[in-house]
Amino acid sequence: MSVPISAPVLSVCGLNVDARTPEGRKPVLQDVTFDLRAGETLCIAGESGSGKSVTSLSIMGLLPKASLQVASGNILLGERDLAKLSDRAMRRVRGGDVAMIFQEPMTSLNPVISIGTQLVEAIREHQGRENAEAVALQMLDAVHITEPAKRMKQYPHELSGGMRQRVMIAMALSCRPKVLIADEPTTALDVTVQAQILKLMRELKQEFETSIILITHDMGVVAEMADRVVIMQNGRIVEQGPALDIFKRPSQPYTQQLLAAVPRLGAHAGTEGPPKVTPQVRQEARPDRSPILNVRNLNVSYGSKAGRLFKGKTPVNAVKDVSFDILPGETLGLVGESGSGKSTTGKAALGLIPFTGSVMIDGRDIGGLSQREMQPVRRSAQMIFQDPYASLDPRMDVGRAVAEPLVIHGVANKSERQDRVAELLRRVGLTPDAASRYPHEFSGGQRQRIVIARALALEPKLIVADESVAALDVSVRARVLDLLLELQEMMGLAYLFISHDMAVVERMSHKVAVMRGGSIVETGTRRQIFENPQDDYTRALMAAVPIPDPEAHRR
Amino acid sequence: MALLFLRRIVQTALILLGVAAITFLLLYALPADPARMIAGRSATAQTVANIRHELGLDQPLLSQFGTYLGNLLHGNLGRSYAQKTEVWTLIVARLPATLTLMLAGIVVEVVLGLTLGTIAALRRGGPVDRLVMMASFVGVSAPQFVVALLLLYLFAVTLGWFPMSGYGTFAHVVLPATTLGVLGAGWYARMVRSAMIDVLNQDYVRTARAKGLSSRRIILRHALPNAILPVIAMIGIDIGQFMGGVVVVEAVYGWPGIGQLAWQAIQQVDIPIIMGVTLTSALAIVLGNLIADLIAPVIDPRIRTR
Repeated sequence: MSVPISAPVLSVCGLNVDARTPEGRKPVLQDVTFDLRAGETLCIAGESGSGKSVTSLSIMGLLPKASLQVASGNILLGERDLAKLSDRAMRRVRGGDVAMIFQEPMTSLNPVISIGTQLVEAIREHQGRENAEAVALQMLDAVHITEPAKRMKQYPHELSGGMRQRVMIAMALSCRPKVLIADEPTTALDVTVQAQILKLMRELKQEFETSIILITHDMGVVAEMADRVVIMQNGRIVEQGPALDIFKRPSQPYTQQLLAAVPRLGAHAGTEGPPKVTPQVRQEARPDRSPILNVRNLNVSYGSKAGRLFKGKTPVNAVKDVSFDILPGETLGLVGESGSGKSTTGKAALGLIPFTGSVMIDGRDIGGLSQREMQPVRRSAQMIFQDPYASLDPRMDVGRAVAEPLVIHGVANKSERQDRVAELLRRVGLTPDAASRYPHEFSGGQRQRIVIARALALEPKLIVADESVAALDVSVRARVLDLLLELQEMMGLAYLFISHDMAVVERMSHKVAVMRGGSIVETGTRRQIFENPQDDYTRALMAAVPIPDPEAHRR
Repeated sequence: MALLFLRRIVQTALILLGVAAITFLLLYALPADPARMIAGRSATAQTVANIRHELGLDQPLLSQFGTYLGNLLHGNLGRSYAQKTEVWTLIVARLPATLTLMLAGIVVEVVLGLTLGTIAALRRGGPVDRLVMMASFVGVSAPQFVVALLLLYLFAVTLGWFPMSGYGTFAHVVLPATTLGVLGAGWYARMVRSAMIDVLNQDYVRTARAKGLSSRRIILRHALPNAILPVIAMIGIDIGQFMGGVVVVEAVYGWPGIGQLAWQAIQQVDIPIIMGVTLTSALAIVLGNLIADLIAPVIDPRIRTR
């Protein structure tokens, strides 16, 4: 792919955006300047809070007026300055010359309006009433949606996430915009679906002669899609240039850092376990190598309860006949796409949901145990969830949150608990004075550390980590993963590490199990799975992971 | 769908049975003696005893209830003690007036509530929003007889736009329906406002704006149908609230509906009428909920039966 040198379609010059806060105006974007040339894909990459989404909303004129405002600068689309257009004129541009697709395909379509109506209204708005239906059908066909006529009558909830994103793309491209802005268009999708959507976007860019601004946090996606790259941090552009230069010769330390933090699939080829993080570890000889978690023929089904009066649903088998072992100090990576049953397996393994089959934690069969009988078992097995924002009570200070398991299990008296909390916070890399503060005072990464400290309070032998780093920025994610590895080495923890991210699983695991449709399709040591996958699905999954190296895509 | 209806019918029967039992018990726990009321103050103990026997009031409570249920199964609500007429006939004669009033009340509260709630949401934080919220608060808190008297004073006595009381023309229905609807309108305005504010922040509204649609289309076509969903569920529950209001409103405006019938019956301890009106109201509430459940899927495709 050669980049044609041509006049910019869209020029952003010295854009400043301010936030209105009770304390006055605060800059959110400072001096953002870049050009989008005809037919190119420009990727704006950065971590959360970098201002990449605010940039795109400014171009669309969709900034929330109450809180954000363009302070100065120009957004030139041909002759017109979008920053200065009236609301009325801007409406003609939105969806006409500049169109946008968003991160969440699940919520971006109106749930009570049919797909057809939503498509047609966009077309009518900009191209008049005639043929709108026909154009809508053509567009659905162009984004490779089967049976377009039938889909027109369906509602969003009847379509999968990938299909909905296709509909969004069809809607955005229906008026042949000059510029398509895609804000994290594949972040909420499974890798295999992501690969399809990215392919579709490349294909349609040619067909519709559209220039694309792609906003993403994923350097793999950047490498796969970008002609040129803009790296943003804290509302400023740190570095911009052709994709190859950015990846091969990043000039700014922040760009280098960002690239270094990206987990690469295959980066750990040839090694048995996760990298050692601590320099010297007291590697106890473990005579006792009986599994800490032993799962045999685990089955979980939903909706199986015989319905009440006149009700009867066919049960859905979320987990089918799953068996695995985890030894002390070992990590089993459980990988799969959404709906594969990996989270359900994790919950069942801790007895949090009803199951059939056998689950032994530390040698005790937890099947049929009462709440009371489960108490001592729960001490040895804890869970860390995905969303550090939702897993801490906002009204409970950190000290109480971390001490809560100790209170519930009646361990230690008050002053001992305080000491324990201080020690736990230190262990996860926070200072003990964090105990008196509240969750909202901490960043996402820090909160996840607090959640980890809470899970460690009872000195468990096993931790089930369900997508525990998925909500974190790459650089933060890398540090939290290091913490988990360090804790494993120091405390001999075993992890059931559940993730959709192949590269993260490769980094963390000794053994890997790949799940699909509720069953384990392949299981083995890390080397077996990543270096010599046997199952077609495992191979497809790995092939779909974007590689953060632009040269890999330029054949 | 057929199963749904069957389930609903069984549920309705159970609800009516429960309502009948509770009302029956409460009425018999009353210190007032219907026989004494009918016989009058000067009647002898013998006369009262005769009347009591005639009405079956000397039977044990359980057997009285059994008899009542048996008659109910045959569609027989009994005879009024005071008016010596079939309760069923009395209720049927007055039902049209009450239904007209309720329907008009629902129209008032829905139209008023939706409009005010939407306007408040769009002008959030501004003076209009504050005014609407204050007005809705007054509407929710003001006792209905006060609202009725205020409206009467203003529109019937001072301005003379509407008649003081009576039944028959459109002009007659305006003030009673407004009185009845003000309470609900206040609730709905608040509900629609918060639902609307929530919906306007949804991703699909952003998508609609990104398509370049006009604000009018975004609000009417994209936001309102979503914001209205919680309100529809409320309408069903509301019919129950209405029955309480109907008694007050009908009394103030001299509206010849079942509210007045109930009011008179309570004063005379006319147990069969009280039972009949209570059961009719219970049935109305159940039907109201059923109707709400049937409308919801029309608007929300996600809850259509697969």
